[in-house]
Amino acid sequence: MTTIKEEKRLESLQDTARNLRIRILRMLHESKSGHTGGSLSAADIITALYFQVMRHRPEDPHWEGRDRFVLSKGHAAPALYAALALSGYFEEGLLGTLRKVHSCLQGHPNARCTPGVDATSGSLGQGLSVANGIALGLRLDGNEASVYALLGDGEVQEGQVWEAAMTAAHRRLGKVLAIVDNNGLQIDGFVKDVKGIEPLADKWRSFGWDVRVVDGHDFGSLLPALESVKGKPLVDTPTMVIARTVKGKGVSIFENQAKYHGVAPSDDELSRALQELGAA
Amino acid sequence: MTETLGIREAYGEALVELGRENRDIVVLDADLSGSTMTKLFARDYPERFFDMGVAEQDMVGTAAGLALAGKTAFASTFAVFATGRAWEQIRQAVAYPQLNVKIVASHGGVSVGEDGASHQMTEDLALMRAMPNMRVIVPADAHETRAIIRVVAETPGPFYVRTSRMKFPVIYKPDVSFRIGRGDVLRPGSDVSIIACGYMVHQALQAAESLQAGGISARVVNMPTLKPIDEGLILACARETKGIVTAEEHSIIGGLGSAVCEVLAENRPAPVRRVGVRDQFCSSGTAADLFKEYGLTAEDIARTAEEMLRTSP
Repeated sequence: MTTIKEEKRLESLQDTARNLRIRILRMLHESKSGHTGGSLSAADIITALYFQVMRHRPEDPHWEGRDRFVLSKGHAAPALYAALALSGYFEEGLLGTLRKVHSCLQGHPNARCTPGVDATSGSLGQGLSVANGIALGLRLDGNEASVYALLGDGEVQEGQVWEAAMTAAHRRLGKVLAIVDNNGLQIDGFVKDVKGIEPLADKWRSFGWDVRVVDGHDFGSLLPALESVKGKPLVDTPTMVIARTVKGKGVSIFENQAKYHGVAPSDDELSRALQELGAA
Repeated sequence: MTETLGIREAYGEALVELGRENRDIVVLDADLSGSTMTKLFARDYPERFFDMGVAEQDMVGTAAGLALAGKTAFASTFAVFATGRAWEQIRQAVAYPQLNVKIVASHGGVSVGEDGASHQMTEDLALMRAMPNMRVIVPADAHETRAIIRVVAETPGPFYVRTSRMKFPVIYKPDVSFRIGRGDVLRPGSDVSIIACGYMVHQALQAAESLQAGGISARVVNMPTLKPIDEGLILACARETKGIVTAEEHSIIGGLGSAVCEVLAENRPAPVRRVGVRDQFCSSGTAADLFKEYGLTAEDIARTAEEMLRTSP
């Protein structure tokens, strides 16, 4: 039984995610380049993290007690930038400068210039190692903050992901929670056709992780999975959340289309998309 | 006989010293801690030492994460794996965000010897020099190594330091100081300048001795920082002597010789000859045999200098 309060909370998150999607599409359209499909598939996960799960202070981006976030699938940067702007890390007007010369919103996240970005990323396969390092460093200082890393499902084809998977389990990094945005598509087509990764949950389990498989667009199942790391001690099994998602989620013309991996919406596509999202 | 000391041992000892002074120093290795000598740090500070296993890419990423959490991370393995296997990890996770990660790689050059070409790294300086934000340093002896590691630990941002399996002859006093980007004139001379780094500094000094016997006055410069390089000193050598010979245990492409040529070509063209490994993979063999086989001895440096003086206008 969901309570009325709980229902309202979920509705409010859905509304935030819709706002994220609207901003993502406007940003991409403005810059005429960027990654539509994977930004939209990750929008609900990033909404859950920034507006419900993570402890953070937009007015104090370097607050030591904050939970950290590593966007290992760095091409979903528009979703992260939208969440940071909506959270208040920087002015919304900045979103219009995405991918432009000297903008602090680079094509892929750059921690050195964007307030709220914890780690520089963009080259696939590296983010989990970085998240592990952050967790090791925090643990040395007795800092109990959680470290979240969001990976793509094509990304787990990178060997370094499995090196990092071994590290987190071997060092018992209880505060590491990794998420796979499991939308089933990569640039060249369906993941299962390019180079299959299933059985994904069994693979992570066999590497020594606590694995949960959830619907990545349903806050009711996403939230408890993402929050599960909070109660864990510093030394414990790392957590993997496999979030089943739809590439291009929220806009019918983009959904499940590999061709929208790295393409920005045209004028027509933008207006259709905004209509569907109720923003036209 | 000149005294020799291990420079990787000097690295390990410097880490122990720094670890005692600064609790934020952490060290990573990729299953070679007995060879890189990070095992000395591991013995004294096990909680701040992370053996990442045979996983160089993961090691570099983890070092970057530790730096993001406020630590000064030293990451070590053999030069070929550090700069080759994990090149793009260093570029993306360390150099681009300018993190406090120090890659200190051992077993640079051909003097690794018998293991052969798979383990002889003669391109690391080129790879690291081409990377934005990366500073590149090659110590000439154990005392300089200790001074370098201290400066590197105390200076924010990424560094690449190359050590060696071979023991190096002692050139400096134990209290030598080190300044990033400064070369050091070890011996004055007016006919030719020999600019060298690493073990080749010792060979350069020997070459200068033999040139002296033949009536040629050779200046010897130790150039530990390949990037940022000491342009002023290179130009002074070009101005004050008739030509320059560079000497490095590295490919002549992309390392010290290239760096010197780049400075001269844009400022004051001068005769230059590069002593180093030609464009090739080398053989297994003892270090001494390999130095002879690939033209890296003091005699090779001296002969190159004489030839240059004879043939240059």
